[in-house]
Amino acid sequence: MTTRKHLEEEIEELLLSQKLAVLATQSSEGSAYASLIAFAATDDLRKIVFATPKATRKFANISHNPKVSLLIDDRSNNEKDFHDAQAVTVMGVVDRIDGDKSQNELASLYLTKHPYLADFLHSPSTAFIIISIRSYYLVSRFQEVMELHIRNANDISAL
Amino acid sequence: MRTTYLLSEISLDSNIFGGKATALKGLHEAGLRLPATLCIATEAYKQFVSVSSMQEKIQLELHRKKFSDMRWEEIWDAALRIRNLFLRQTMPEKLAREIGRALEEHFSENPVVVRSSAPEEDAAATSFAGLHESFVNIRGSGPILEHVKLVWASLWSDRALLYRKELDLDFARSSMAVVVQELVSGDVSGITFSINPSDASEGVVEAVYGLNQGLVDGAVEPDRWVFHRKEETIKEHYKPRREKFMAPQGDEVILTDLPENKALQPPLSAKEAVAIYRKAKQIEKVFDKPQDVEWTRVGSDFFILQSRPVTARQDGDQDDKRGWYLSLQRSEDNLKKLRLKIEQVHFPAMKREAAALAETDLEILSDKELAGEIAQRLQVKKKWTAVYWEDFIPFAHGMRLFGRFYNDTVSPADPFEFVELLSNVPLLSIKRNKALRKIGAYVQQYPDLQQTIAAGGGSKITDVEFSGMMEEFISLYGDPFCGTYSDRTCNASRSELLNVVLQIASSTAAEAGRIDKVTDKADLEAAFFARFTTGEKRARAEGLLDLARASYRLRDDDNIILGRIEEQFFRALQEGRRRLQENHFAGAADLDDSEVIRSLVDRSYKPGSQKQKKTQSEQENQDMKARQLLGQPAGPGIGRGLARVIDSAGDLAHFKKGEVLVCDAVDPNMTFVVPLAAGVVERRGGMLIHGAIIAREYGIACVTGVPDAATLIHTGDEVTVDGYLGIVTVGQKDSAFL
Repeated sequence: MTTRKHLEEEIEELLLSQKLAVLATQSSEGSAYASLIAFAATDDLRKIVFATPKATRKFANISHNPKVSLLIDDRSNNEKDFHDAQAVTVMGVVDRIDGDKSQNELASLYLTKHPYLADFLHSPSTAFIIISIRSYYLVSRFQEVMELHIRNANDISAL
Repeated sequence: MRTTYLLSEISLDSNIFGGKATALKGLHEAGLRLPATLCIATEAYKQFVSVSSMQEKIQLELHRKKFSDMRWEEIWDAALRIRNLFLRQTMPEKLAREIGRALEEHFSENPVVVRSSAPEEDAAATSFAGLHESFVNIRGSGPILEHVKLVWASLWSDRALLYRKELDLDFARSSMAVVVQELVSGDVSGITFSINPSDASEGVVEAVYGLNQGLVDGAVEPDRWVFHRKEETIKEHYKPRREKFMAPQGDEVILTDLPENKALQPPLSAKEAVAIYRKAKQIEKVFDKPQDVEWTRVGSDFFILQSRPVTARQDGDQDDKRGWYLSLQRSEDNLKKLRLKIEQVHFPAMKREAAALAETDLEILSDKELAGEIAQRLQVKKKWTAVYWEDFIPFAHGMRLFGRFYNDTVSPADPFEFVELLSNVPLLSIKRNKALRKIGAYVQQYPDLQQTIAAGGGSKITDVEFSGMMEEFISLYGDPFCGTYSDRTCNASRSELLNVVLQIASSTAAEAGRIDKVTDKADLEAAFFARFTTGEKRARAEGLLDLARASYRLRDDDNIILGRIEEQFFRALQEGRRRLQENHFAGAADLDDSEVIRSLVDRSYKPGSQKQKKTQSEQENQDMKARQLLGQPAGPGIGRGLARVIDSAGDLAHFKKGEVLVCDAVDPNMTFVVPLAAGVVERRGGMLIHGAIIAREYGIACVTGVPDAATLIHTGDEVTVDGYLGIVTVGQKDSAFL
């Protein structure tokens, strides 16, 4: 039977296997905005981090509204995706828009996954964004959807 | 790339031509006499499935859920859908032209046999005769091409899917080659085993009059010669009662009565039996492995039809029920006999037995006698449960037999359209629901009566007419709640049935109308029968439909009748528990039958505590939620409501109209709440299972085969049942969202 452990493992595997995610933010006028980002996730599935230049639309949007959504999937752009691909929709809140880039464990997690982005991350114009994850919606077998809700001790208000 | 070859032109690569074709090639090279043969390479299959995204459609069908979670019924359903995909997909013109031209050139209008030649067959360690399909007596390139498609589809037959591991079936890569052979209409046919699979010192020749099909599917019992393998001499000759033979007729193969002169005479002389056994030994040398050889005799000439290595059929360990499942696929003839047995022997006997048991006054029995009564009723229940598996479940195959026939004839857009035709006869559970509806309508007129029932005062009801109706109902259909509560007697649980009556009484006219609905399928039926040109074919279609309807109806009725036997067992068990409780046996209500029996006989016996411990999984899963669950679209429609999860039959009593019924399996004894439901969700999968049948009768959205339905969905959850796509969505507003 489906257990939380299985679900967590499947999500973790998907997050590990993918380098890029689609990030959805919202502008101050309420328009949706999607962009592609390089991300990394913590083992406990509680945090997802990425880096962005501060002059971007996504950064402006996050500064205005910290609620974001991400889409991470393993599609191959072939017909077989319809039975084979998995996608996870992630809901979360940005809890720091300029995290500590030099010593932070999260920053090293990010660079372990994306070593080629070291210069990009360390640029003074780049913000390191830390998202606290609230929930995952894993879609497999075309239409099966399972939800995983993350209980974050620091975010009691979120529930 | 070329797709069609003569036997002399093919290589021995079974990936291209399949096991059967390459074996024939070996026989051909050894100089054995074979019918004219064409080979259609796997390339043709590949071209076919690459058009119109057939490949991905097949994949989607096979990946609806984890394959290991699929039940036999669901595998059969998936295979039927895939088969329909092949039926409805026209062959690419170029491919049809190429194969068609070769067929016309070599066979003209002569009848042929279209056989599967799977690449995996050859590689498999085990012999898998009959997992894929063959078709006999097909004439003309158009019909042959249609049957080539069906052979391709049988790569994904339910049988092949069951043995996918042994067959090394690869969902993404497997393909199928086809062999087309001229039909040699032999006067005698048979199978020779150069080695007896169950005794290595022996060999076997089996022979029947007419074509081999009767022998292969078990309709005709063969003469059987057992040989000393080494000496090649006859050890024994077993003679059957020779009654029938298979012969080509029109475009079919028909089971026919054997003329008397033949019935008295073995199909082969001893000399011929030895000759054909030696031939098998010769073929064994060609392939360097013991062989199972299919042959036919015309005059004095023996033609070899096919040959494959002999391997013992391995049905795995005791838990492997696949052999039993394969045995469910019975012939029309066999099913007709089974029907008579069920209708004329089993059902009357069960009814008699239930009625006889009901007459015993349990309360006047001594404790010892009661213990004996419980034990005896348990045996009765076991006996009929065994019959249920032995005869009732196999009879359900009548529906499937017709389903395939219907799809082959009509190739409908919906592969389960045939189910519509099955329901012209009222099922027992539909009749029962109508009876409940009548009582509900009566209660509707009397608010006082409603109040008394609602207040739980069932025993205080003084309305004689009402009591009479309830008694009549119980005597006709039994009390579906009896036995579902371990802590209450059947009389006490009567209040649950009254609650259901109350729910029905408070239904609107439209809701209630659903219960009385009689669907008219006359147009569909007329369109189906209009497809038959000759009276004989129509008669066969009528026979199959009649059989399927009986199968559909009896598969419902058998459960209700078995339920009445079980009810009698529970009555006795409850009487036992009641007595123990009166004697201050703590926990008597939870004792199982053996403990009750023992405690009744030996009052000093202290039964062990049977309290079940709650598993921890509930706790563990608190942060996991199902949003959208996938199952089979078993009843079209969309229904929305609060979930009522049924863990035990007793939960049904809390069921309120407009709720979504979520359960492990809709027990046929519980279907009376189905017409009140907004939708039905079942863990148990299948399009032809009971819950799906009833939901479809009432036009209620139904999704079956949702693996964790009863654990992932909770009572009170808002649920949407999409019976068109087979999707269950949990939660309307996304409350967990930030």
